[in-house]
Amino acid sequence: MKSFGGPVLFLDRTDINTDEIIPARYLTEISREALGPHLLEDLKLEGFDPKGDAIRNARVIVARRNFGCGSSREHAPWALEANGITAVIAPSFARIFRQNMFNGGLLALELPETAVDLLFQFRKEQAEISFDLEGQRLTIAAGGHQEEIAFSLAGFDRTLVEAEGWLGFAAARY
Amino acid sequence: MALTLVEKIFNSHLRDEPFPGTKVLDLDVVMCHEITTPIAINDLMARGLDRVFDASKIKVVIDHVTPAKDSKTAQQAKILRDWARRQRIHDFFDVGRNGVCHALFPEKGFIRPGFTVIMGDSHTCTHGAFGAFAAGVGTTDLEVGLLKGVCAFREPRTLRIHVSGTLPEHTYAKDVILKVIQTLTVNGATDRVIEFGGPVVEAMSMESRMTLCNMAVEAGGTSGVCMPDMTTVKYLWPFVEKEYESPEAALQDFSQWRSDEGCRYEQELQIDVTDLEPMVTDDFKPDQVRPVSEMEGRPVDQVYIGSCTNGRLEDLRVAAKFLEGQTIAPSVRGILSPATPKIFRDAEDEGLIRIFLDSGFCVTNPTCGACLGMSNGVLAPGEVCAATTNRNFNGRMGKGGMVHLMSPATAAATALRGVITDPRKL
Repeated sequence: MKSFGGPVLFLDRTDINTDEIIPARYLTEISREALGPHLLEDLKLEGFDPKGDAIRNARVIVARRNFGCGSSREHAPWALEANGITAVIAPSFARIFRQNMFNGGLLALELPETAVDLLFQFRKEQAEISFDLEGQRLTIAAGGHQEEIAFSLAGFDRTLVEAEGWLGFAAARY
Repeated sequence: MALTLVEKIFNSHLRDEPFPGTKVLDLDVVMCHEITTPIAINDLMARGLDRVFDASKIKVVIDHVTPAKDSKTAQQAKILRDWARRQRIHDFFDVGRNGVCHALFPEKGFIRPGFTVIMGDSHTCTHGAFGAFAAGVGTTDLEVGLLKGVCAFREPRTLRIHVSGTLPEHTYAKDVILKVIQTLTVNGATDRVIEFGGPVVEAMSMESRMTLCNMAVEAGGTSGVCMPDMTTVKYLWPFVEKEYESPEAALQDFSQWRSDEGCRYEQELQIDVTDLEPMVTDDFKPDQVRPVSEMEGRPVDQVYIGSCTNGRLEDLRVAAKFLEGQTIAPSVRGILSPATPKIFRDAEDEGLIRIFLDSGFCVTNPTCGACLGMSNGVLAPGEVCAATTNRNFNGRMGKGGMVHLMSPATAAATALRGVITDPRKL
């Protein structure tokens, strides 16, 4: 299983698309690592610097609904993982992006809007999230405060995270 | 029990249900292009799994950047080309025979009603126009599809859109789907299939139905679907005539892949198009759609006609009607990319290519290129493009550039005036 948890990058916008996560001009790369420096390069968001420390330190992204819409490019999860980001939390995801995350053994966690709002309350300080996958709860902590939030990770999603992706599972089963 | 088309396809193709709600389907067609497949090929090779489940079910094209523009794209094409040869994939389309995947593969008769289809490309939903379940997937799903001929899905629910009324002059399938996306929003159809029906859809050509289904993903949809009917049979007849005694017999067979009377849709929407205006996107999301009357007069630097959405023969005919005997505005760069070699040739035979050239358009080979800002018409920062494509994301056609999505009619009218123009006023 991959490792999950650490400093959080908050992206306070809905409908962040895969062109923003990794622009098409980098789709000519044939190695996943080459995508790393270009993560979120085209995202225009107040206070966000795609070349800043926040993105380099981040291990978790917290965003608004419909994260990862648009193109099917798995380059989007790869660009995240190349930067050490193995988990994204949002109220909802575009179908293909969500599946691509789990297919690579990464976490795309859907939480209710209210829970995501609660996470965003920690954005002023350097927040960290830790995951207890067994207990299906996460803890966000910043500036001496912390909150616990329950989530659900079961069935196929859980299996893919434990198997580090769909290929190993499918190659053995079919 | 009365079932939807998608329920029928899921039931008939179900290989496994490893967890409740996760359905692993057998695949009829796995399609590949040079952007998302080479990494899958390299990964399979690295794992010692360099093989395919059934070469006859794999369709391969180089379409996104073709002919190659630099060493990297040449390398992507080469990986795909070498692999297709190694795996003895017969249906491989290289330079000279290649075109935009979602226009080329239907034209070759590869998609049939009731099929399951995947590709590492979000606009795979286009093929639902034939009554197939066709879904865009990522590279890992593609790898498993190539290797094992299966793909896992959460079974999507069906959202039915009943399109009624009469399409006014100078409005088209593109205007209908932009209206639908405006109504549903960019995630209104997530984990759902959009079923398009009603008299307006029944009267549409296969090309127009493909335009509708192509943009289902812009509302989050897994696939768009239309019910197979005599229009479907006629389109596919050259490919199926040996399998059926008559078109009527084919229709009877295809009709098993229609949603049953009384089936249960998750949601049903009615759209009356009688008063529909030509529609144009504003800003950077495909649900930010306005009637052309609210967008008129905005200057554009480039007009692009092409793509898997609107690069087909009927689109070229519509645009050429506006361009015939006219010259595009000197401030505008007009680019036409017919979506396939056949479309290019047919347009040539009909005199359409000459009309585009005489009006001042540049006519390029079939490719996806400009639509996603990879080649063949990339925008500079601050530039604006009127495009018949499918995505107006910030920077989609080039960093810092803006895209307004519209029909070929509105795009042609806009090319003539150099500003967004209502085609009804020309």
